[in-house]
Amino acid sequence: MKITFQINGTAQTVETDENTPLLWVIRDLLDLKGTKFGCGKAACGACTIHVNGEAVRSCSYAANLAAGQNITTIEGLAVGDELHPVQQAWLEEIVPQCGYCQPGFMMATAALLEKIPNPTDDDIDANIVNVCRCATYYRMRKAIHRAAAIKSVNQ
Amino acid sequence: MDHSAEQDKKGKSRRGFLVKAAVGVGVLLGTGYLTRPVWRRSIAGMVNTADAPYVGDTKTPPLWFEVTADNEIILRSPKVEMGQGTFTGLAQIAADELEVAIGRIKVVHASTASGNIDGFSTGGSTSISSLWMPLRELAATMREMLKNEAANILGVDVAALSVADGVITASERSLTYGEVVKEVKEWDIPAVPPLKDVSTYRYVGQPIPRVDLKDKVIGAPIFGMDAVLSDMLYGAVVRPTAIGSKYVSADTSRAEGMPGVVKVVKEKDFVGVVATSQMAADNAKKAIDVTWDIPKTWELSDIEAMIQVGQGTPYVIQKEGRAASILAAEEGIITAEYKSPIGAHAQMEPNGAVAHVTADQATVLISTQVVGLTRKEVADRLGFDQEQVNIQPTYLGGGFGRRLHTPHAIQAALMSRAVGKPVKYFFDRKEEFQNDTFRPPTHHVLKAKLGADGLIEAMEHNVSSGDVMFGSPILPGILEPIVGADVGAWRGGMIQYGKIPHYRAVSWRVKLPFATSWWRSLGLLANTFAIESFMDELAIQAGKDPVQFRLDQIQDDPAGRRLQAVITAAATRANWQDGVLPNGRAMGFAASTDANTPVAQVVEVAIVDNEIKVLKVTCAIDPGLAVNPDQVRSQCEGAIIMGMSAGMFEKMIVRNGELQPTIYGPYQMALMRDAPREIDVVLLAGTDAPGAVGEPPLGPIVAAIANAVFRLTGQRLREMPLTLV
Ligand code: FES
Ligand code: FES
Repeated sequence: MKITFQINGTAQTVETDENTPLLWVIRDLLDLKGTKFGCGKAACGACTIHVNGEAVRSCSYAANLAAGQNITTIEGLAVGDELHPVQQAWLEEIVPQCGYCQPGFMMATAALLEKIPNPTDDDIDANIVNVCRCATYYRMRKAIHRAAAIKSVNQ
Repeated sequence: MDHSAEQDKKGKSRRGFLVKAAVGVGVLLGTGYLTRPVWRRSIAGMVNTADAPYVGDTKTPPLWFEVTADNEIILRSPKVEMGQGTFTGLAQIAADELEVAIGRIKVVHASTASGNIDGFSTGGSTSISSLWMPLRELAATMREMLKNEAANILGVDVAALSVADGVITASERSLTYGEVVKEVKEWDIPAVPPLKDVSTYRYVGQPIPRVDLKDKVIGAPIFGMDAVLSDMLYGAVVRPTAIGSKYVSADTSRAEGMPGVVKVVKEKDFVGVVATSQMAADNAKKAIDVTWDIPKTWELSDIEAMIQVGQGTPYVIQKEGRAASILAAEEGIITAEYKSPIGAHAQMEPNGAVAHVTADQATVLISTQVVGLTRKEVADRLGFDQEQVNIQPTYLGGGFGRRLHTPHAIQAALMSRAVGKPVKYFFDRKEEFQNDTFRPPTHHVLKAKLGADGLIEAMEHNVSSGDVMFGSPILPGILEPIVGADVGAWRGGMIQYGKIPHYRAVSWRVKLPFATSWWRSLGLLANTFAIESFMDELAIQAGKDPVQFRLDQIQDDPAGRRLQAVITAAATRANWQDGVLPNGRAMGFAASTDANTPVAQVVEVAIVDNEIKVLKVTCAIDPGLAVNPDQVRSQCEGAIIMGMSAGMFEKMIVRNGELQPTIYGPYQMALMRDAPREIDVVLLAGTDAPGAVGEPPLGPIVAAIANAVFRLTGQRLREMPLTLV
């Protein structure tokens, strides 16, 4: 079937089986490789994107549900050359190791900051539940606080 | 991004450059596998936790560096980047000797076609330490080559030239490196010039941001999973779920006609399917019925019965004095047993490959830690010469030892050959968990006798473990008879307190029915958990402070003094106190030396809702010269939390013939909520060359936590994952 949605500010129409996970539409049909496959079962968060601003695990989100929605991936998080505060904070804290999980964490964090602009450590623990095997959690926590600070200054 | 175009472009310029460089690629290709004594020393080096030499070219700068017309320097790294920060360290070292701003250096993964091949692997925490001297020499030589050519072009004496940031200047004329290279038809490689004094380096020793940082923050397509070749199809392979399964036959009739299916590929040892999309390949895979030969339905109890000190073949790996006879006494012997479970790698990027095989060429883009071995295996199976196969390594979405075995490259290649088009193939997560090359389970028996002075008179560590090294195809069979004991399994298994008069370590080797192999830090994690928990038990029995108890029994030699220094540094920095603290917390202490790098850790633990909560970790490490102190810290932070994860949560079991669980969550791992809110890393530099960093900090963490838990609860937890009763 044909499915039309907004992704990173552009309207896209794709031809796909309705049950295909949105992750494969994003990665293979639209060639946006920043959204990662980790488990395919909503268990790791590597595939996290935003659907209408909400964090969603795209490996477990059927493509047909995307029709008419507004989708953002890591590639759409920055505005032009200007990194999103979360990316800026990740850069300043030198968070990534292998980097594979990081887009998912940044997308989850960006969505969290829209809901809770200045999260406490407990808020972070409760809401950021992705998996990072390199275990960069210590720097991620610092980066999340930093992102909140950058964002509040920017506003 | 279309990798093929990118690849072609690079391939052409690279070939051009190699011709100019007049490099005998054939000769270089041999270095990895043919110079066996070096290779053997390399292994012996790892075995003895001493320096492992780099196995590969160290003499041919044009193989390593390519200078572009716009004065960018491409450094073709034979070591892969899996998060450990090696690319950044290499860029720092090269920039200093090449005399360029680090921003001019672009580190890429060397393809095998480039000829710059690591003859061994990326692993063992050796990338920076083994390349420290060779890369300095290569970069310094490259700089001299550029100067020599510049002198020719400018018609001046080389002594009259000065260099700054990639620009060579005679009195009034200047040439960039890029301009020099344009004029060079063939390089003369001079003798290695004197190296700069380390104290004059601008980048080495500085906490500069990782060179791959921006790419990893914007989500650039740099991983094996992201690789694309034009006209690419998607493959899937039916994998067994039961331990010991052998492929017999497959009924593919249902899959053949399914939508999107291009071809069902039957080989002697597997069946796969190639389709036009990932979804179609996955669906068709599910419709294939494979008959497996499964000789036995294994249960966890079978495995546990095998992993027992006293079973299998014992190898004495350390012996000083008469420990065995002293500890055979009927009375006054302190004994304890420890256990660790089967551990999964669980790296976030699944294994896979993109392969394109034509009649006489094969290209494979892949996350691999064994670039040369991947090439050899693909070539052997295809019946190609190795030179007909090009392996293009990509960034790894985690390595941890999992990418030291890459048979999936062969499967991708065979599927590509069957359809005549590029094929992308990777594992799903269940396949990852059931086809892992696991960290073997272990059983430890420790014995000791305290002397009248309260110090240890005799001590023995017995460890039973599945294979680590011998389970791996990197090390062919020749090593087994030479070494006997599996050196990977006993990494960290030796007793590091040299003042003990009598001590002994024995490794019991067991061959398990599933693959066990390298897992970050190998035996260090479990062995240190056992030995350092036992040291704590002994200190308590002796009525001594556990930090002082250790310090008193370390021998007075260079390694001993470095170990004492990290122990003292960690204890001082953490304000070490034995016993329960006023705030209801307790500290725990442990130390280890791995690959010549000593590490000591103090943890602060609380019990919250009957769960162990690690609040703070202080880690003192002496990694020698820290090429990038920030990356050393980053590695310590990650290793500590990964070690906590393995020590507190992770456990694979065997049920009804299958390894389980098969997904994150049920395979419980440390998450954000489990990470300590404070990690304080103290860097000591006890030697003037870089040492191991990526694995040593995993050593002490589990024992340190268990030791703290004992102080808080009186429960001595002797089994990983640590679980309160
Ligand atoms: S890939 Fe979607 S949650 Fe793991
Ligand atoms: S940085 Fe490697 S998995 Fe998170």
